[in-house]
Amino acid sequence: MREKVLPVLTVVLGILALWYLAAIPMNVREALTAAERAGAVVEGGSATERQQLPALRLVLLNPALALEGAWTQDRPRLPAPHQVAAELWSSVAGQPPGSNRSLLRHAGITLGATLAGFAIGSLAGILLAVGIVHNRAMDLSVMPWAIISQTIPIVALAPMIVVVLNSVGVQGLLPKAVISAYLSFFPVAVGMVKGLRTPDPMQIDLMRTWNASRAQIFWLLRLPASVPYLFASLKVAVAAALVGTIVGELPIQRGGLGARMLAGSYYGQTTQIWAALVMAAVLAAALVWFMGFLERRTLRAMGVPA
Amino acid sequence: MTLVILALVLWLAAWGLNGWLTRGGRDRSSLVRALVPLIFGTTVLAVWELLVRGLAVPPAILPAPSRIAQTFVASTGLLWGDFVQTILKGALSGLAIGVAAALIAAILVDRFDFLRRGLLPVGHFMAALPIVGIAPIMVMWFGFGWQSKAAVVVLMVFFPMLVNAVAGLQDTTAQQRDLMRTYGASYWQTLRMLRVPAALPFLFNGLKIASTLAMIGAIVAEFFGSPTQGVGFRIASANGALRLDMVWSAILVGALAGSTVYGIITLAERAVTFWHPSQRT
Repeated sequence: MREKVLPVLTVVLGILALWYLAAIPMNVREALTAAERAGAVVEGGSATERQQLPALRLVLLNPALALEGAWTQDRPRLPAPHQVAAELWSSVAGQPPGSNRSLLRHAGITLGATLAGFAIGSLAGILLAVGIVHNRAMDLSVMPWAIISQTIPIVALAPMIVVVLNSVGVQGLLPKAVISAYLSFFPVAVGMVKGLRTPDPMQIDLMRTWNASRAQIFWLLRLPASVPYLFASLKVAVAAALVGTIVGELPIQRGGLGARMLAGSYYGQTTQIWAALVMAAVLAAALVWFMGFLERRTLRAMGVPA
Repeated sequence: MTLVILALVLWLAAWGLNGWLTRGGRDRSSLVRALVPLIFGTTVLAVWELLVRGLAVPPAILPAPSRIAQTFVASTGLLWGDFVQTILKGALSGLAIGVAAALIAAILVDRFDFLRRGLLPVGHFMAALPIVGIAPIMVMWFGFGWQSKAAVVVLMVFFPMLVNAVAGLQDTTAQQRDLMRTYGASYWQTLRMLRVPAALPFLFNGLKIASTLAMIGAIVAEFFGSPTQGVGFRIASANGALRLDMVWSAILVGALAGSTVYGIITLAERAVTFWHPSQRT
């Protein structure tokens, strides 16, 4: 553990340093325009002439002005990390939790839909896997299509699902949950099929010599053997469910992190987009970590050496 | 009503047929193995068609497959333009750049152990993040054209590919590397003759994940702004006009492109990693 901390910290600090550096050429045009308006002398000609020059050249011509304006603008092309952090703090702690401008409320909306979709999707995935393992016809007919459907950009269906469910009167959480359920369904189904098939013929034969029924083989052998596979695919599925919810929120526009990103892109509020993005990242990390936590607890309770 | 009953009968008949085909060792022939999923697929399409007609579902909710096929055939020119814009320009160029960048990064990471220990956890973390969310920012930076879509795709495919490539490069035993050293092989010779071939199964696995992500990235990025062309644009605009047959046609374009790319990667994998246990039958 200790030998990981230092390299990871170095890499993270390196990324932050790169980020700050990249903000200088990214924001140089707006910084120079603002400085010119404030009365400073800007090298590189008039505003229209500056349009022709590459950003790096402008930085070299006006190093002081570029540095000064790079990390303090209201609507930068690339906000500096501390600006994102400030926006995150003000929209999480600076707003009442129920207000429409509170990022916590939007994160809550996204989290609710993600969990609902994840629950529906993984339950359906487990049931399909059980069917596939026990029924040869289902295995041969459904499995190829399940694999093909993985290669289809399912997320593209999101706007249509939302509109269709709206027109039959289903609103609120469910349309988004349907999309995230669809995305989390296949990882779980594929992983569970693999897991339920891990017991080798010898183990199954042993169960048969004990005169175990099919149901007993399932509950006592196949299901316990599939638990590690289940958790591995649940981790993939919960991340996919979050992506599905965020994409599903784009056409709905009733709150949520996806709606927040789209609103930010409409009004040029870059810092708001970045804050929503960081929030989504935190949410994803928390969900995956929680699945890992459940995995460790369950496996330890089952006596699997960690 | 008769159509609905017909659909039900057809479903049960196909179910029975597939059940019969897979019983008693008949499923060992490769013909049956190909036939069973085909029967299932056509049955689903037929039941869909019959139910939509029998229950008179309005086309604004669920168009019948025949209607989607008609629209698809009637607007191939339009859809071809969308295909070129989104798949060829956006997704594939982004996929190529992202994969190349990830491979270079993987070799760097592999050479410096400090970098590996630092970058790999970060890479695993980034691979789980909803990177699609970066799309509005990329559209703001690179404009509405295909460049912004390619940029989203690059970011989406980079980390899964990096993680797989690094894992693949680690997949040689100390004995094998020692053998290369006794032959006096240099780092690059060991890389070329031992470690890259050993990493190929991982690389193809990463490539498969990356190719599906590339399609998703290119299409979703178009929801944030695009020229009046592209699969994502077509879906969003046809959806707004409640022309669901057009939406389904555009999705069909994405599906065909996605499975074709996936199929090509699988064939290449079979040709290149024929020695790997997972490819031997």
